[in-house]
Amino acid sequence: MPESVLFYVLSGVMVAASGLVIGQRNPMYSVLLLIVSFAALAGLYIVLDAPFVAMAQMIIYAGAIMVLFLFVVMLLNAPQEDAAGWDRVHPLRRPGVARIGILLAVVLVAELGWALSKVVALDSPVGARADGAVVGSVRELGRVLFSEYSFAFEATSVLILVAMVGAVVLARREGDA
Amino acid sequence: MTSPLIALIPLLPLAGFVVNSTMGKRLPKSVSGGLASLVMLASFAIAALTVWQLAGLAPDERLITQTLYRWMSSGEFTLDVTLLVDPLSAVMLLVVTGIGSLIHIYSTAYMHDEVDSEFARYFSYLNLFAAFMLVLVLGSSLPVLFVGWEGVGLCSYLLIGFWFKKKSAADAGKKAFIVNRIGDYAFLLGMFALFAMFGTLEMRGIASAVAARPVETGFGVLSLATLLLFIGATGKSAQIPLYVWLPDAMEGPTPVSALIHAATMVTAGVYMIGRNAVLFSHTPETMQIVAVVGAATALMAGSIGLVQNDIKRVLAYSTVSQLGLMFLAMGVGAFGAGIFHLYTHAFFKACLFLGSGAVIHALHGEQDIRNMGGLKKYLPVTYWTFVIGSLALAGFPFLAGFFSKDELLFETFAEGHQILWAVGALASLLTAIYMGRLVFLTFHGERRHDAPAAADAHGGHGHGHGAHGGHPHDAPPAMALVLIVLAIGSVGAGYVGIPAALGGHNALGAWLAPSFAPPVAAGRAVAGEAAAEAGGEAEAHDEEHIALERTLMSVSSAIAIGGILVAAFVWLQRREIAANMARSFAPLHRLLLNKYYVDELYEATIVQPVQAVSRDGLWRGVDVGVIDGAVNGVGAIVNASAGVLRRLQTGSVRAYAGSLFIGVVLMLGYYLWR
Amino acid sequence: MIPLSHYLIVSALLFAIGTAGVFLRKNVITILLSIEIMLNAVNLSFVAFGRYAGTVDGQIITFFVMTVAAAEAAVGLALIIALFRTRESLNPDAFTSLKW
Repeated sequence: MPESVLFYVLSGVMVAASGLVIGQRNPMYSVLLLIVSFAALAGLYIVLDAPFVAMAQMIIYAGAIMVLFLFVVMLLNAPQEDAAGWDRVHPLRRPGVARIGILLAVVLVAELGWALSKVVALDSPVGARADGAVVGSVRELGRVLFSEYSFAFEATSVLILVAMVGAVVLARREGDA
Repeated sequence: MTSPLIALIPLLPLAGFVVNSTMGKRLPKSVSGGLASLVMLASFAIAALTVWQLAGLAPDERLITQTLYRWMSSGEFTLDVTLLVDPLSAVMLLVVTGIGSLIHIYSTAYMHDEVDSEFARYFSYLNLFAAFMLVLVLGSSLPVLFVGWEGVGLCSYLLIGFWFKKKSAADAGKKAFIVNRIGDYAFLLGMFALFAMFGTLEMRGIASAVAARPVETGFGVLSLATLLLFIGATGKSAQIPLYVWLPDAMEGPTPVSALIHAATMVTAGVYMIGRNAVLFSHTPETMQIVAVVGAATALMAGSIGLVQNDIKRVLAYSTVSQLGLMFLAMGVGAFGAGIFHLYTHAFFKACLFLGSGAVIHALHGEQDIRNMGGLKKYLPVTYWTFVIGSLALAGFPFLAGFFSKDELLFETFAEGHQILWAVGALASLLTAIYMGRLVFLTFHGERRHDAPAAADAHGGHGHGHGAHGGHPHDAPPAMALVLIVLAIGSVGAGYVGIPAALGGHNALGAWLAPSFAPPVAAGRAVAGEAAAEAGGEAEAHDEEHIALERTLMSVSSAIAIGGILVAAFVWLQRREIAANMARSFAPLHRLLLNKYYVDELYEATIVQPVQAVSRDGLWRGVDVGVIDGAVNGVGAIVNASAGVLRRLQTGSVRAYAGSLFIGVVLMLGYYLWR
Repeated sequence: MIPLSHYLIVSALLFAIGTAGVFLRKNVITILLSIEIMLNAVNLSFVAFGRYAGTVDGQIITFFVMTVAAAEAAVGLALIIALFRTRESLNPDAFTSLKW
């Protein structure tokens, strides 16, 4: 089924890209790989009958946030991460925090997997219902957004304002107006 | 009847105390001393007036009271502070205020060398003591009596340790107070027991309630209560086992010894038993104990006094011994005789102490009789008053002590306690001997003391007199006058109690009888019985009684005179006999000289263990270890845990993120588990 | 038809990868990127659930998450710039002034 193929391909790309993101030494490469991952994710959203979210993903994430990251990386001339001796060592042999991190990640996956296995209904296929049109309808999205979630919508706008101001203040140089 | 004046009797000395304690430093000696003596004399005058009023009443109704205010009321129990004058307290009042005034006057001369502020402090304490003693005597209920009881204990401590910069004096004061306290504790327990049994603490109320009951057979609760009261009395009146403070109390100024430890405070125990005569009469078991303890103490103290070398110590042990005789009298039911002896003893013992004070004053602080002698020609007034006092104490016929001691011993014998009589007689013999020894060593023989400036061993009694031409001077007028008055009293005080055997009618006994009877004559039989037990002589008119009394009287006289002659022989003629006896009976001599090692015994069995428990157990163990340890431990725990916990603050962002994440994982796990 | 569990497994994987990245990397920028990965994983699971339940709520939530992620990224990067100016380093272990 084409849908399954799409799913596996896209998710595979996404996971692989993400894995590479955290594996790269050069942050520039990390950013670019993450863009790839986001693109794959957008594709997955389309498979899930959420075109609006997919577009938003590409515009906001891949278009704005990642560009912002790129700016910062290039601005700071982020040096190559110190290839400290242990960086080349296999993650499981790295000392301290790294080991904990990996351990926790594994534990988390295990937990989530276990949780999932408990929920029986999960095996029913997504998209079995015939309301793909409804779900994917931008009109419907807008209607719900501005009626039930209107407060959250407004609050979010304030949030963005605050973040903007905060970012300006924080990044200002001393003595600048 | 009531009278508004009674309250003045203790209040006047109290006012004297207030003035002297607050303003004494600024007053010249004549003012502070004069004021103190004046309030005492005024108090005496009012007491005399009240007694005269009392005498005007019929014998059954001799009771004057004054209620001051309500002290406590709790539920149905109320207690008023009421002052009461009846025949017994009349006698005590006159003794306290009369002899108290005399001693105040004596003190103005004796303490003259002190600085103004110390002089005033002395008189403030003396007045305070008088106030408390009067409260003790006038109180109509046990708590009021106890207030006075405690108060005189306090003043005793203050006055014994008057020269507190001297360690032995300060220690003696503490010893007196603490030993008294032990007795007071027993007294309190006795009070509680009586309250539990009778619901009232008014002594007359208790007497009425007790009179309605039969005499207790065996040792029951009532006997226990009276025994506890008696133990309190042993503390205050220096009987076995709590007498150890009295000899040490001689560290205080001599007038203090005269007033507190001879005439008044130590007699409080005797008075207390007399006041509760009905109660005690109903507990024969306790009375037996009282009599035995009294007799034993008399003998023991007499034996110790025989070998002591400090003039005041001899008199101190003599006091303990005479108190023992008083308790013997109370214990056999001769309450009137005991109070009679108390009254005469106040005269001659005060006279003796003050006389010894004059000697010490003349010799600039010398108190060891081995360093005295030949003072007869230098101190005539002192000598003759001292001799009169000694004879009275020894029981020389027709002096005051003769009548009271004789009556006491007679009653003991008549009540059937022949063994106790023998003990009492033996104690009297010892009294005669050691008093003779004291007089002869101090005043007779060749002079052994050095020129006045030399000996200053005992007492912080600094003297300004330098050159006297090398011989001691007699007592100054104030002191001499008091000595003479007391000597006269030592002779004449006994004549109020001339027994029937000699033709008198024992006026004192008859006067005191109503005090020892139950307040309400609950049946003539009981009243008659109590009166008979108490006054003693009121009914003893049969020939047999009189013949017995005359016989015993002659025995007592023989003992007294014999003892004095023995003393004269040994210490006047052949001193070497005493030395030889001391050598040949050396262990016994040492035992007596060291007061039967009682102090050492108490030290080892009581003081050291208590100290050890306090020091090692409670102080080091509990206070330092547990309490400090707990408090410090809390601090240490906080410190330690902080030391551990602060390692969380690594400053590393990733570590913080890590801990965040661990939390997330754990919570997730928890919720998934559920 | 893809069962819901598949989507969720993918989401879990992504999240785990993001977590690992936070702990393993010594460059704060990369750490921020890992955080973005985690947020995206969550977004995916929201949309999947929303689709499964047949409502648009999942997408709406995703919408908000994205907004917040943008704000957070902006502020975070501003912080990094400020920090970089003081320490000249992008190594998170360099900022340990609050150490005990």
